[in-house]
Amino acid sequence: MDLIVDNASTYLDGFAVTARLTAYSAVAALAVGLVMAALRIAPLRSLRVVAAAYVEVLRNTPLTLVFFFMVLVAPQFGILPPLGFWTAVACLALYTSAFVAEAVRSGINGVGVGQAEAARSIGLTFGQVLREVVLPQAVRSTVPPLINVLIALTKNTSVAAGFAVVELVGTGRRLSTANAGDPWVLVGVAVCYLVITIPMGLLATSLERRVAFAR
Amino acid sequence: MTSVLYDAPGPVTRRRERIGSVVGAVVVLALAFLALRYAAGRGVFQADHWDVLHNPPKGQSAADVWRSILVRGLGATLRAAAVAAPLALVLGLVLALWRTTRLRWLRVPAVAVVEVFRGLPVLLMMLVGTLALGMDPFGGVVFGLVVYNMAIFAEILRAGLAALPKGQAEAASAIGLSRWQSLRHVLLPQAVRMMLPSLVAQLVVLLKDSSLGFIVSYPELLKAIQNNGQYFGNRYFVALFVVGAGTYLAVNLSLSAFARWLSRRTGARAGAVGDPAGLALVASRPSRRRATRARP
Amino acid sequence: MSRRRTGAVLLATAALAVAGCQADAEDDPAPAPEADGTATTDDGESDPGAFPEGSTMARLAEEGSITIGTKFDQPLFGLVGPDGVPEGFDVEIGTLIAGELGIAAEDIEWVETPSQNRETAIENGDVDLVVATYTINDDRKQRVGFAGPYYEAGQSILTLASNEDIQGPDDLAGARVCTVSGSTPEQNLLENYPEVEVVPFGTYSECLEPLRNGQVDAVSTDNVILAGFAAENDDLEVRGEPFTQEPYGIGVAKDDVEFRMWINDVLEDLFADGRWTQAWESTAGTVLPTPEPPAVDRYED
Repeated sequence: MDLIVDNASTYLDGFAVTARLTAYSAVAALAVGLVMAALRIAPLRSLRVVAAAYVEVLRNTPLTLVFFFMVLVAPQFGILPPLGFWTAVACLALYTSAFVAEAVRSGINGVGVGQAEAARSIGLTFGQVLREVVLPQAVRSTVPPLINVLIALTKNTSVAAGFAVVELVGTGRRLSTANAGDPWVLVGVAVCYLVITIPMGLLATSLERRVAFAR
Repeated sequence: MTSVLYDAPGPVTRRRERIGSVVGAVVVLALAFLALRYAAGRGVFQADHWDVLHNPPKGQSAADVWRSILVRGLGATLRAAAVAAPLALVLGLVLALWRTTRLRWLRVPAVAVVEVFRGLPVLLMMLVGTLALGMDPFGGVVFGLVVYNMAIFAEILRAGLAALPKGQAEAASAIGLSRWQSLRHVLLPQAVRMMLPSLVAQLVVLLKDSSLGFIVSYPELLKAIQNNGQYFGNRYFVALFVVGAGTYLAVNLSLSAFARWLSRRTGARAGAVGDPAGLALVASRPSRRRATRARP
Repeated sequence: MSRRRTGAVLLATAALAVAGCQADAEDDPAPAPEADGTATTDDGESDPGAFPEGSTMARLAEEGSITIGTKFDQPLFGLVGPDGVPEGFDVEIGTLIAGELGIAAEDIEWVETPSQNRETAIENGDVDLVVATYTINDDRKQRVGFAGPYYEAGQSILTLASNEDIQGPDDLAGARVCTVSGSTPEQNLLENYPEVEVVPFGTYSECLEPLRNGQVDAVSTDNVILAGFAAENDDLEVRGEPFTQEPYGIGVAKDDVEFRMWINDVLEDLFADGRWTQAWESTAGTVLPTPEPPAVDRYED
């Protein structure tokens, strides 16, 4: 227990890296994911196919494999991302964007068909239908799953520990070696994650409930 | 959904869309071609980057290379998943049932276990296994997969139970079944069947997570790829990566397809409840209010 | 492109050399007397009856098989190819010890023991002994017993042959140095060279490509591990003298002093009769100079 207090600043450093990894990857993943979701409902079939393939392939690929590609395989193609933090951001964003795209697409698809039909029948244009009727409803049912995607992202940043980033888990590994495998080291790491994930989980649950009641 | 957003296209629009689609396809293919040509320029497609798959150097045989990847590597991946999945399911079921206890304070431990373990990275739990609990890499991988997935399975089953129409439980108790009997004979069978697609989809996640064993020295598929790459030299990483990624995709896409098929079958039967499996990988609708946190 | 071609030629040469070694080991009995139990009976130890009753040696000799933990990814010491057969100096030492028990090479079961798993594997009885670039130190002596050392390694630095700036650990200030997450070399760098920017990966081999691409400036771990990489890659060089002492020992159960002392006897025999040198020269000695055998440490608990 003292061990956690004594190494508080080390934990904080790790926590800061995890938080920054999560934040940068989240922004990038949301951007890419939204584009992919838009492509998936686009009227152009070829784009739909490409976006669908992107989402399906990434969702069925382990994140470790994405890291493996960036760190060990990409250099064979002459692609040299700056090792460590930004490579990790790229991998996490790429991987998470597929789940963002899926959450957004399900959100849009989840709005009752009758809503769009009714909106069209009162003469709204395509843009108006989306803006006034479909998207406001879709966003509400998309936010809780998106928060869950972000929670998963927070936890997934730990994979970067295997690839040259010293975030929370990497910090835990170091402290564990330095303290002869003291189990308290990892308890400290666990607490750091729970500080992020549990409040986010509660937020998602309460939002889900509110959306459900609004229906 | 998309079909009702705009008018059914007329002949002109249809032609325009077809042209746009073709143009889009051409652009995508051109980009792919440029990428491939660039890669070829780096020598990636030269025979000496691929012979590891049919005629490897260092006096090794191709059969051994494939065996090391598909038998030992994939075998280790599947073994970890095969040991972890049933354990996680059983423990998840126990937790889900525990949470149905009527006494609030009795429920607390089960709720706490679920909330804590699904909020922690699987990799961290694997390290807890190997570093803190002194397990070997296989034990650590299985431990990490079990504690995380039991929490998720518990959530899925709880969601399934909660989504059942109230009348089911009421009818069961009306005919004199005890609480345990009604769970055992009426509620659980329906909940499990309804959530089957989600459970299978979670198996894909579990299988994917077994690749974290790479980081804790468990000799699974990805590790086998890396060992081969190290043994034969870095220039083979592309070829070996293609094999590894292909294997993962083949296994996971089949499992996903299985989940989708299940979802369609059970969806038809459980019509009254709609698609409670909104959290499934394959879901085409948003998760309903009881949906579990889907973990990418 | 030319570098690639040179690399290919070198690899081919290395492949031939490896093939040669294997052929030696299999066909020619001379360099592999350990495979032939009767050849080493001058002290009578390969006869099961000769071991004290109830000892680990007697049990293993009786069973006629042994489980040995080693590294599977360490060039020159313990490296497993796709065929699943480990090769290297540690493997030779393990085979020689098994030979003294009358156990033939093909009756040895090799188990991978990565760094963080060695103590556990011994404590759980998953392996009878561990020969895995295993540094003897006091922390580890709390949990396992060490026979040996059978080799003295030391932490050193690997960098690009073209990099003149790094000649020793003191030149590492401000440099990005790749090592393995949670390893002893990482701890050493963090504690004694605080100005080094440590870049931790899962295994040392993952450090090579970043080193070549200039994403890190150096790789640091035991000199012999680095020598293995330098031998396979002519664009990489080991720099400076080792700056730590890493005596490699053979790990056994902590309370099995009898077995530990017996292995010490065996090691001394190997040192004396030249089999140790032979084992070295057929493996790590292909790229490293042959050292004098170290003195075994018969420490008391």
